Amino acid sequence: MHLAQLNVAHLRAPARSPEIAEFIAALGPINEISDAAPGFVWRLKESNDPTETVSHPYGDLLLINFSVWETRESLWNFVYRSPHLEYLRRRREWFTRAAEPYSVMWWIPEGHIPSLEDGMARLDLLRAKGPGPEAFTFKDFHEPA
Amino acid sequence: MSGDDAGTPDPLGAVGALRDPVRRALYDYVAGRGHEVGRDEAASGAGVGRTLAAFHLDKLVEAGLLEAGFRRLTGRTGPGSGRPAKVYRRSRREHQVSVPPRDYRTLALVLAEAVEELGGEEAAEAAARRAGERVKASELREALRERGYEPYDAEGAIRLRNCPFHVIAEDRPVLVCAMNLALCEGLVAAVGEEGVTPRLDPRPGECCVAFSKNNED
Repeated sequence: MHLAQLNVAHLRAPARSPEIAEFIAALGPINEISDAAPGFVWRLKESNDPTETVSHPYGDLLLINFSVWETRESLWNFVYRSPHLEYLRRRREWFTRAAEPYSVMWWIPEGHIPSLEDGMARLDLLRAKGPGPEAFTFKDFHEPA
Repeated sequence: MSGDDAGTPDPLGAVGALRDPVRRALYDYVAGRGHEVGRDEAASGAGVGRTLAAFHLDKLVEAGLLEAGFRRLTGRTGPGSGRPAKVYRRSRREHQVSVPPRDYRTLALVLAEAVEELGGEEAAEAAARRAGERVKASELREALRERGYEPYDAEGAIRLRNCPFHVIAEDRPVLVCAMNLALCEGLVAAVGEEGVTPRLDPRPGECCVAFSKNNED
């Protein structure tokens, strides 16, 4: 089984505005680190231009990250044990504070590419029912059944 | 590596295992390497014979302070490369001893959760910076060593082998690593160290902060 992860963040200003420029400029280098990380499987991309964020019908200020990893550890090491951490530390410069869960994980069969709709439904499930085997977080992690 | 199946941890027993000076020297040597160490290397590092070193290394594994595994030290594989040697590295398990018992770890976890719920990250970072600024030490490496960071030099930077806040950092990595960076900024200011800048440069198995040496020109 592989681990799918979706996270959303609400931008303080439109992606093309100067307030967000530093973050958008960092997307290329950070995506390169992600794609080269041990255990990386797949990431949803709008195009090969890293400054083009994933387009979707969930609102203009919502930024979506959606990726698949071999293990919990491989995803953890990219998120928290790589230069990506510095951008998490500075997240308030670009994103509003989220009161509800903004990140969800679930297991998928190897070779399966999940849909964005499925990912958003998993996030809704986590928000509605709390962590469980179908939708969970690093803190309340569930091993595959 | 087989360190996670050593049974019920006995923190006082584990710490007591370090009372023997040979064992202490072997532990310090292995812990200070940051990679797996074979028996011969550990023995010469601690200045004792190989048989004695092997005995004490295995005692340290029993106590949950080291983990043991097997690896070919020559880097060769296949026929003729010899059988794998026993290697040791510091256990990831942590042993906390307080007499009488105190539980600051649970308190720290609870406070960290409250800080995130209240959105108080900036205040927590500012408090961490002030804590660093209050430190009394004559120079940066000493201040870091006293706080358990285990500094070492690599790639023109001071890197930190140990995260003193490991358990809390696993629970709340963004908050704790940001506080740790602020604390290190305060430390640099307190010791008046010029020419180094702390920054986040996290890697698996190490502290998230590294100190880059500024260019003087």
